[in-house]
Parts: sequence; C-alpha cells; structure tokens
Amino acid sequence: MIDPQSYLELAAFYSEYAAALDAGDWERWPEFFLDECVYKVQPRENFERGLPLSTMALESKGMLKDRVYGIKETLFHDPYYQRHVIGMPRVLAVEGDTIRAEASYAVFRTKPNELSTVYNVGRYIDVIRRTDQGLKLASRTCVFDSEMIPNSLIYPI
Amino acid sequence: METKNDRRPADWGEAGSSLIPFWAYTDEEIYRRELERFFYNKHWCYVGLEAEVPNPGDFKRTAIGERSVIMVRDAEGGINVVENVCAHRGMRFCRERHGNRKEFVCPYHQWSYDLKGNLQGVPFRRGVKQDGKINGGMPADFKPEENGLTKLKVAVRNGVVFASFDHDVESLEDYLGPVILSYFDRVFGGRKLTLLGYNRQRIPGNWKLMQENIKDPYHPGLLHTWFVTFGLWRADNKSALKMDQHGRHAAMISQRGNQQKANSVTTGVTSFKESMTLHDDRLLDVVHEPWWGEPTAVMTTLFPSVIIQQQVNSLSTRQILPRGPNAFDFVWTHFGFADDSEEMTRRRLRQANLFGPAGFVSADDGEVIEFSQDSFLSKDDGRCRAELGGREVENTDHMVTETLIRGMYAYWRRVMEI
Repeated sequence: MIDPQSYLELAAFYSEYAAALDAGDWERWPEFFLDECVYKVQPRENFERGLPLSTMALESKGMLKDRVYGIKETLFHDPYYQRHVIGMPRVLAVEGDTIRAEASYAVFRTKPNELSTVYNVGRYIDVIRRTDQGLKLASRTCVFDSEMIPNSLIYPI
Repeated sequence: METKNDRRPADWGEAGSSLIPFWAYTDEEIYRRELERFFYNKHWCYVGLEAEVPNPGDFKRTAIGERSVIMVRDAEGGINVVENVCAHRGMRFCRERHGNRKEFVCPYHQWSYDLKGNLQGVPFRRGVKQDGKINGGMPADFKPEENGLTKLKVAVRNGVVFASFDHDVESLEDYLGPVILSYFDRVFGGRKLTLLGYNRQRIPGNWKLMQENIKDPYHPGLLHTWFVTFGLWRADNKSALKMDQHGRHAAMISQRGNQQKANSVTTGVTSFKESMTLHDDRLLDVVHEPWWGEPTAVMTTLFPSVIIQQQVNSLSTRQILPRGPNAFDFVWTHFGFADDSEEMTRRRLRQANLFGPAGFVSADDGEVIEFSQDSFLSKDDGRCRAELGGREVENTDHMVTETLIRGMYAYWRRVMEI
C-alpha cells in the first residue's frame, strides 16, 4: 500500500488543487498536470454505460491552457466562486512512481448576490505520477453524479 | 383601478411578429396553451435515436413537453412510445432512465403491460376466493383492452424516433416539409448511428429562447469568439436560411470562410481575436466529410422539441424539455456513424468540447438565455426586437437577418391565436 508520508503528500496535493481552483488561479491549474495528460469532466451516466462523451475532454496540457484562455478571454458567463470540498483520497494502487487514487468531491457555486448552491458532486478518478517537480496528474476524470448541470460549466472542477 | 401589471396578456398589440412581448416568455397560461397546442397536439416531438434501444426490450425514458414517455423496442423489433402513466392510479411507474424489460409492471398494484403498452395483468381482477365466496374483483365489464398505457403515434425516419399524442397528426414527412426534410436526410441519410453519450443541463429560461437561439445567425459571429475567429460562423460566410412553409422549422446553413481575417464584419467586435492561436489545435482538426456537400455547418430547428446539430465533425440532437415557463432541460445526445473510423470518433468527441453546457461555443448560449429571462420576469411590458433584415418572413441567401425568429413567431401567433 502507501506509506504515511506519501499519503500525506497525496492529501496535500489534492488540497492544493482545490485551493488553486477556489482562488480562481486558472494559470496554476494546468501545472498540476503532466504535459501529456487527460482531463475529463464526465456525467456518471456516460461513464457507467461506457459511452465515451464527456462534458469537457482535454487531451494535453496545451488543451488545458486553451481552456484557461477560454475562461479568461472568450467565454461569456456569469462570474462565480467555486468551493471544493474533497474527501480523503482512496488509494487504489501504487505501481512504481504511479499512484492510482480516487476521491469524492462536492463543489459549491456562489454567484454575485446569490445564495451558495450545490453545483457539481462526484468523484475524481486519478492517475498521479511522482516527478522531480512533485506529484503531477497523468489523468483526472471528474465523474459527476449531478444529473443536471445548472446551466453552464465554465471553470474546471 | 387597472394598472399595467393587471393586464391579461392576450393581445400581441403590434403588427407582424418582429416585436415579441416579454410576457410570451413568462406567462403561465400561455405556457399551458403552448404545451397543449405544440407539444401534445398536431406536432411531432423528438424522443430519441433507435441506436439508444438496439435490442428487443431496450427502453429509454424521456419526455414530451412535461409528460413522461417511454421509448421501447418490442420483441418484433418495432419501436413503441407509451406514456409513463399507469392506467390504474396514474403512477409514473418507470423510474430507471434506460434498461431492458420483458414487460412493464407498476409496482404499486402490480398492473402489468406488454412492450406495446397493452394491459396484460390486473391482480385480483376476478376477486379472491375465501370460504367458498369470491371477494372483490374488478367489475364484470372491465375491459383490459381499454386500459392499456396511452400509446403514442410513432414515426421512425433513418434511425430517429418521433412521437405524437395526437394520432391524427400529419405524416412526419409532411410535418417537416420537403426543404427541411432534405436537411434532415443530409445528416440522417440511413447510415447506422452510434451513440456517443449525453449532456444534460437545466437552463433557467423559457423553452422558446433555445429555438430562437438556433434560428438566430446574428449572434454566433458576435458572441462566440471561436466561431468568428476561426471562421466557423461569421457574417461574411456563404450561407442560407430556409424554412418550411409554415415558418416553424428552419435550417441555418453556413460554409466556413475567412479564418482570423479582420474585415468589416470583425471591426469593433471584441470577441474577434485575430492573433489567437490554440496550444493544441487538435480541438479544431476539421476533416471534410463527403456527405456535407458545400456547407460545413447546418443547424436545423424542428419545432417545438429538437435541434439537429452538424457543426463541422460534431453531431448531436438537442432535445428541449420545458419545465414551466421559466426553465427547460436541454438534453444533448451526441452520435456518430457505425462506419466511422476510430480516428473520426475521436475527432467528433474532441470537437464536442465546443458544444454542450461547458462548450467553448455553447456554454454562453445558456448564459445569455438566463439573463434574458431575468429581465422578462421583471418587466412585463418589454419587448424583444427581432428586426435585423426587416420585419418580413422570408428565406435568405445570407445570415444578416432575424427572419427565422419572425417566421417562428408568425406561426406561433397563428396557432396560439394571439
């Protein structure tokens, strides 16, 4: 399994990720990933039925950067805060420098002048690699339970 | 004393169909009339793709208007659409969204139906024998054949399933008319379809706004950076707008043109990014497919319930499920063709990043609809002004017009008698 030190590192990695997104620090987001990476936000329905469509499906750090540009420059949308609450990571396997893990998450959305609402709820299914620059995501699939996206999904989960 | 806010909104109050009153989007009574006249009578509504129910017994639960319906393939391979309302106590008995069944059983009192909706079994129909006497039972004149599920009229064309509560509705082909039918067949030409998956979003706006959004070629080259910048949709593209004879359905047809070229249609347009480059241009790895012909995009609105999207290599149906006057669910079903190469499937999935609730292009459509509805709710005497290109309803060979919206409201006024 995983030793306590590595587990703490992993937990810290998850909380850093949440902090970056909750701060709206979009430039930092791709830096949690390897250059060759996969990032998906996928309805649980598609995931469980083996249907390949995702709501967001990015296949390289470059595409993640294109999304960041979209958020900052091209997508018209209501501004909103995100607040991630991520559960304790569940380690599925450690193989050499690769960790397979998942964690439940709940994201709350707060729009200007509005109450906070539950926005997107699901789990991360991750492949994480240990590198000289620390832990990096080789792939993150956000499989969300939420049956309806409340209008739009602009920021990464 | 009567104030402006007491007014019963029934009178359009203007000639033509270019000035749309805000109350057309918010009024509860109008909404109820729309459900009756557009969704439940005289119209065909989209329910799904045959590819979603490939095997006998496969079903998918969906809705027409606010009514829950089930599309199911029977043992003989036919497609049936039945209402998800038990004939006994009206329960919406089918709770799963999809699955496979030999029959439908309402768990409340175990009434059972075959896959065509015929009532098969009623527990204790002939009473229960106890101490030599028969207790209860249904009346002797109870006729199972008159107590099946509500069966809808079904039309299947090239893998796409439509249904109607109205058994007197005209044929689907007549309903679409020859022009729109030809654009329908352009996408659904009879090739076997494959299901790629779903996206679902709830948009807090009136359902008509989504029809209008896809009858409005004015906004894509202004709101959507990706369209104007990469030439996918901009006002100087070669394009055409076509309607059926009633003005209710439409096709917006466009051919990809100037890419990242500044000219009169981009002057002052803040969404145009002349020097924008992608870090990973696989997002726009467009490959021309022979069946397209010249157009690179055709967006077809079939009134009232669905939009058929072909935007370069991305294909979807977008189903509109109204939920009261102020919201609708928008269900995207992405598909490809059974003879697509793996590479083409990947391309379709990649380009799906432009569409759906998170799409580089489509995410902001939901947002603008929400913000329009916000105003409608607080300003009963306001009007939308759909006057680009004049006040008439006509097909055009350009996209600098809101003619399709006017066509839809001319039809709406006739059917709604408003």
